[in-house]
Amino acid sequence: MDSIDERIDQVLASGEKISPMDKVLLARHLSRPKINEYIDALFTDFFEQKGDRLGKEDASIFGGIALFHGMPVTVLGHRKGSDLNESVKYNFGMPGPEGYRKALRMMEQAEKFGRPIITFIDTPGAYPGIEAEMYGQSQAIAENLAVMSRLKVPVISIVTGEGSSGGALAIGVANRVFMLENAVYSILSPEGFASILWQDSSKKEQASKLMKLTAEDLFGFGVIDGIVNEPAGGVHRNPKAVYDALDRLLTQELKTLKGKSSSELAKSRYQKFRKMDDLYLRTDK
Amino acid sequence: MSTLFQTVKGKIPNIKILNRHSGKDETEDTVRLIKMSRLEKESGSDATANADGQVQTVECPNCHAAYPKKKLRDALYVCPDCGYHYPMPPEKRVRSLVDEGSFKIFRYQLPEIDPLQFEGYCEKKQGLREKTKAEEAVLTGVGTIDGRKAVIAVMNSKFLMGSMGIAVGELVTLAIEYADKNKLPLVIFAASGGARMQEGILSLMQMAKTSAAMERFRERGGLYIAVLTHPTTGGVSASFAGLGDITLAEPGALIGFAGPRVIEQTIGQKLPEGFQRAEYLETHGFVDQVVPRNQMRQVISQILMLHEV
Repeated sequence: MDSIDERIDQVLASGEKISPMDKVLLARHLSRPKINEYIDALFTDFFEQKGDRLGKEDASIFGGIALFHGMPVTVLGHRKGSDLNESVKYNFGMPGPEGYRKALRMMEQAEKFGRPIITFIDTPGAYPGIEAEMYGQSQAIAENLAVMSRLKVPVISIVTGEGSSGGALAIGVANRVFMLENAVYSILSPEGFASILWQDSSKKEQASKLMKLTAEDLFGFGVIDGIVNEPAGGVHRNPKAVYDALDRLLTQELKTLKGKSSSELAKSRYQKFRKMDDLYLRTDK
Repeated sequence: MSTLFQTVKGKIPNIKILNRHSGKDETEDTVRLIKMSRLEKESGSDATANADGQVQTVECPNCHAAYPKKKLRDALYVCPDCGYHYPMPPEKRVRSLVDEGSFKIFRYQLPEIDPLQFEGYCEKKQGLREKTKAEEAVLTGVGTIDGRKAVIAVMNSKFLMGSMGIAVGELVTLAIEYADKNKLPLVIFAASGGARMQEGILSLMQMAKTSAAMERFRERGGLYIAVLTHPTTGGVSASFAGLGDITLAEPGALIGFAGPRVIEQTIGQKLPEGFQRAEYLETHGFVDQVVPRNQMRQVISQILMLHEV
């Protein structure tokens, strides 16, 4: 067993709560289910779609068309690996602009055919590299945020592991956003946060507490709509329990969202993000 | 929190679900416009001399030429020797663009915002307000350029790196909505290190809020001119600043998603000369034109004229 698993066992035995930094490590756990495993467990007849149609294919975004209990859906998300070889192959789940453009292409196609969209978020962030900048990382992310806000089909996002920075949000402008219990969602990694604010990335533990990046924290902020509980010690110890919970969750959520008109879906998604921070802007509280 | 959210429990085992309900009319603004105050003419009291009467000099960080501060100010904060573009105070930026006396600043009632209860954050903002006379990292308002009315927003890189937290995101969004409601063109001068660390995840969410508002504006036919000034990076470059119908940039401005230091650390090599600079973006297809500051007014005026119906 991994050292993080041993530590979590100790924490569980002592009856204490799992610390934010341990949640970060759990969220990054190599054995944690990856998007392909969620797709296998939750959908049937998956047809993978590749490419941005602008000359590139980015393996760190994975997705396509599938059936959810007989209903066609578009499903996509960040792809991380389950071992080092795979991690390298999928660039550790860090997309370049071509990945975001590939995701956008799939989402616009879903809108054309009236398919609901389900996205799985699990990334340390958009890739910081020369080519990524040269081909417009900023512009690609901005375009995704803009277009997702007006899609006329239901969009549901689930943060399954690490939801870090604009690279996560770029596929997360959804009608409903959920997080797994030990997933984290933040402006950037605790290491990056510590490095920017204190010029010292080793202060990540301190940063992780300050940042309020756990599912409970985000639920409190009103940034997410719900938390999916994990088995004690993390989803990787019994993924089936989480797959079952997600199956029920998606069934219920899709049923509700499918009952709304296309303009209602776009409007309520817009309002969700427009008014998300309402509480902090009120002067009459 | 309890007034805004309702928790629905027990529907699905193992899942906690929240259903947001708003008791208010959704078109109602949370943040109220208190007034629109006229941007006054530059007063002569803007001292460029020390208390003892000595003329203040500045040294160009690029070519190291030294000259009186007044000379730099008269040249719109562009080095008269090498053309290096200094950061420009937002109010001076506005004066350099609009018809004299035409600009009205939007004044909103905003509470003190500190969602993470980040130690020293409120004090830091308070200190900056006193020092810079700016309320937040963006100045918004409406004025005319050669008689053509436009909404103008100018970010302030001297205010917490021009970073975007809830207030900046809201002020930018309100400016977009004002332009949309009044069918006016919108000009935004971006200058930002990105999303504001001190407000955590809610800063990140400003990217979605501003981009969504901009998309609405664009879809309804609004003209948006994005002017990328030094620096435009992170969550600002990857949201509203990346969505211009027309995108201009100032010479030498650093523009990109990831900062150069992060990229160098990730790839383990030095970046090429000029990488992520305005001129680089122009040759790589992300900027219509790099425009020197002394031509900015004329170019924006021309673009506004070309969009008149």
